[in-house]
Amino acid sequence: MELHPWMPNSDPRILAEMLEAIGVDSIGELYSDIPGEARFKGDWDRLPVGEGGPLPEGRVAEVLEGHISRITRLRAPPFMGGGVWPHLVPEVVRHVSALGQILTSYTPYQAESSQGVMQALFEYQSMVADLLEMDVVNSSMYDWSTALAEAGLMALRVTKRSTILVPEAMNPRHRKVLEAYLEPVGGVVRPVKVDPRTGQIDLEDLEGKAGRDVAAVYLEQPGYLGQIEEEAGVVGEIAHRAGALYIMGVEPISMALLKPPGRLGADIAVGEGQPLGLGLNYGGPYLGIFAVAWNGRLVRQMPGRIIGLTRDAAGRRAFAMILQTREQHIRRARATSNITTNEALMAIRAAAYLTLLGGEGLRRLAETIWYNSHYLASRLSEIPGVEAPLLDSEFIADFTVRLPAGFKETRKRLLAKGYAAGIPLEGHTPWLTPNDGLLTATEAHEERHIDGLVEALAEVLGVQ
Amino acid sequence: MEYRQARWEEPLVYEQGDPARGGYLVPQPSERIKRRVGPPRIPEKAARGEAPRIPGMSEVEVVRHYTRLAEMSYGVDSGPVPLGSCTMKYNPRIAARYAYHPRLEMLHPLLDEELVQGVLEAMYRVQEWLKHILGMDTCSLHPAAGAHGELAGVYAMYWYHKLRGRLGEKREVIVPDSAHGTNPASAAMAGFRVVEVPTASDGNVDMEALRSVVSSATAGFMITNPSTLGLFEENILEISRVIHSVDGLMYYDGANLNGILGHARPGDMGFDLAHVNLHKTFSSPHGGGGPGAGPVCARNIEVIGDIRLGDLLPGPRIVYRRGEYRLEWPSYGPVMIRAWQANTSVVLWSYVYMLSLGARGLRLAGELSVVNTNYFIARLRELSRYYEVPYAPGRARKHEVVVSAKPLKRQTGATAEDVAKGLLDAGLYAPTIYFPLIVEEALMFEFTESETRENIDRYVERLREIAEAAERGEPYRDWPLNTAARRVDLKEANHPKTITPTWRVKERRERGEIGPLR
Repeated sequence: MELHPWMPNSDPRILAEMLEAIGVDSIGELYSDIPGEARFKGDWDRLPVGEGGPLPEGRVAEVLEGHISRITRLRAPPFMGGGVWPHLVPEVVRHVSALGQILTSYTPYQAESSQGVMQALFEYQSMVADLLEMDVVNSSMYDWSTALAEAGLMALRVTKRSTILVPEAMNPRHRKVLEAYLEPVGGVVRPVKVDPRTGQIDLEDLEGKAGRDVAAVYLEQPGYLGQIEEEAGVVGEIAHRAGALYIMGVEPISMALLKPPGRLGADIAVGEGQPLGLGLNYGGPYLGIFAVAWNGRLVRQMPGRIIGLTRDAAGRRAFAMILQTREQHIRRARATSNITTNEALMAIRAAAYLTLLGGEGLRRLAETIWYNSHYLASRLSEIPGVEAPLLDSEFIADFTVRLPAGFKETRKRLLAKGYAAGIPLEGHTPWLTPNDGLLTATEAHEERHIDGLVEALAEVLGVQ
Repeated sequence: MEYRQARWEEPLVYEQGDPARGGYLVPQPSERIKRRVGPPRIPEKAARGEAPRIPGMSEVEVVRHYTRLAEMSYGVDSGPVPLGSCTMKYNPRIAARYAYHPRLEMLHPLLDEELVQGVLEAMYRVQEWLKHILGMDTCSLHPAAGAHGELAGVYAMYWYHKLRGRLGEKREVIVPDSAHGTNPASAAMAGFRVVEVPTASDGNVDMEALRSVVSSATAGFMITNPSTLGLFEENILEISRVIHSVDGLMYYDGANLNGILGHARPGDMGFDLAHVNLHKTFSSPHGGGGPGAGPVCARNIEVIGDIRLGDLLPGPRIVYRRGEYRLEWPSYGPVMIRAWQANTSVVLWSYVYMLSLGARGLRLAGELSVVNTNYFIARLRELSRYYEVPYAPGRARKHEVVVSAKPLKRQTGATAEDVAKGLLDAGLYAPTIYFPLIVEEALMFEFTESETRENIDRYVERLREIAEAAERGEPYRDWPLNTAARRVDLKEANHPKTITPTWRVKERRERGEIGPLR
């Protein structure tokens, strides 16, 4: 045995004493019950994992610095949203998520010594509840897409129906995940038309499709194409008239300016917590927001862990995990979901972020995002042949653009100039063309970044 | 040494903050921009009006608030966390520096691969290393947690039978009665009926019972090995044969992988599908509940035509061709079960861990976790009057052991929960309790390779003190006394009239706007 600093009992003297106490001569004896045929036959130590054996910290840092150096620096944060967005991360948020007793703690199964983590999660739930004006919020799902998929499964259970109606222009990735979750249990996702001029959901088409098979109607606010839906309340009424649940999917910072789902009749609200100080991290971890209205029928069917307020034996305020009988470790095959490990640390990051901004700070932030994205759209529309926004709807961060040339090719050429400009929309709906894309600007983009992108685009398009 | 956890009676942010305050200077657009495009226009029907009622606090207040909350929390950084089946290892700090590196914060998941080669290279290595560690042919880093990896696995089962045209009859997934709750819950999410098989007195799956439930309806079998009892499943090869004989698939729940690291691999035991928990075996921190990552792997057995089982795993494979790393999304199966590629930061944490140890270091880690567990069992024999080790007491455990406090309860009335609270009072986190369900008054200990011998001895001593205190008739129901809170009232916490999942509910109830939860 070689001494390793992460394994205190690798000290040969200690190890020898422990083996003696166990009553074996070698570590190998502890594995003697593994049948010969089931054992690994080769030389484990020569498996190509790492560099063979333990490495000194300096060598590890050298390798990792090498990886970091192979990330290309751009001239501006990516002008890309579409479900997750570039935002500035306050240093304090990074600090909070690195606090050791929180970072290295388990799910708070032992309530008495886990009060701090639970208070932080309760505060997360509470602030999201106030942001969405929904009464019950769980302490996290994996991301927006899985929150939506679980909301879909929940709607099937609550209504005993099978169809989820969604806008045809919704986030395509979220739709794929929803379909993946619904397919094995016989659920169906059915698209509702949207107005090609505005991106707004087509109420007539919705009304026509909202039949007795519909378990839920889903609406994003703002929509994937950036449009602020103006009839979100009417959509809820149509859903409820059909006996279906109303699920809204939201981006949390926009909620500082937009009417929250709780005021629009939503039964379930889902969303992506990533904008709240998480960073993009090339795919995750993110934060699935999941909230329901004050209705026992819904609360008892919701997935995920919930922290609640209570008292301890001394009569002092305390926190505990509540409604655990919904969960897999108790209900097993009849649980509302299989989720256990979630995104708790990301929820705590989001809570720190929200507290750092406060309601009015969040509103100012949403306004800055509004200004920057509108400035970008306005500058782009000065370039001959460019339509920005393409859709005739108000927006906050994301918006559509139509170029006088192919979006993908133009984007490639912009990349060579140091700008990551948007997401191509070709094929997303029948009426979007290869020249169309989804752009975004947030508070992370400074005026010079936006001006730089606009100048680069003008150059690429051959306009001066 | 007496233990006292901090007890701050820290006010909620609602009791100290104000929506008009804040600790962050929000970037403001220039006057030029404001004049050009402003002011913000929100359609009236969609406008919120006033700002949300979220309390803001100054930067220093936020830091102090979370410092106090951290002091009322307990992680591996505070002391031992021997939660069985949770593998709470030390989380090396060198990894923290890179897993959440500021350069990652602006990396949008749809960024062109050529810009993020350094990240993809690290992810590729983890993907390839996992194949060797598990003995599997294909791995996907996509799932966000262990249960999410299981979901990917049962979806692969679903698509396997569907593409082979046998879904109509393949309706059942079999799990042992000692299985984690996620196994049956995952199987049910894929629409399968769950059939439980009992554990025999030797701790192995009851083979006779298994044979009696296996049929043409069997879609697959899910198991951890070592089992939740910490015992290597001695019949695993026979189980694989039985399940494969009816075209069922073998699923390996990797929660207990630490127990065989360096000595056995799921792929060599007949498993077709397997997930691992990066936040367990590969040391990324648990963060009070997450994030985790649950990469899922498969052997490339034929499904139909050119389609292999690995093709049915969701999420992109990271491929290396002509000197470049790329993401390749699958064309079959569920394709994606979350919107983006992976919990990249978690993968990077585990990359640092795996790189730091290498194959040999990983074997050492597994072995020392087994030594620690068996050392604890050996020491615990001194206390056999109070605590027993059910199922094959003479057999070596792997990474964890289930102890029953049944004798203690019989003699003194003190339960596994009381024992857990008595441990907390000594500054020692409790083991997993009341799991697996097949053991009465279960205390499930997993020390991992990170724990010192002294701390393991401390647990034994504390278990003795607890038993003796209970024998003396000390009021064990009052424990814990030294933690931030005393025992919490779960009845009030869950009662329809008092249940309070958010501050908003408390305030609305007090204003009479909402009634009991019905």
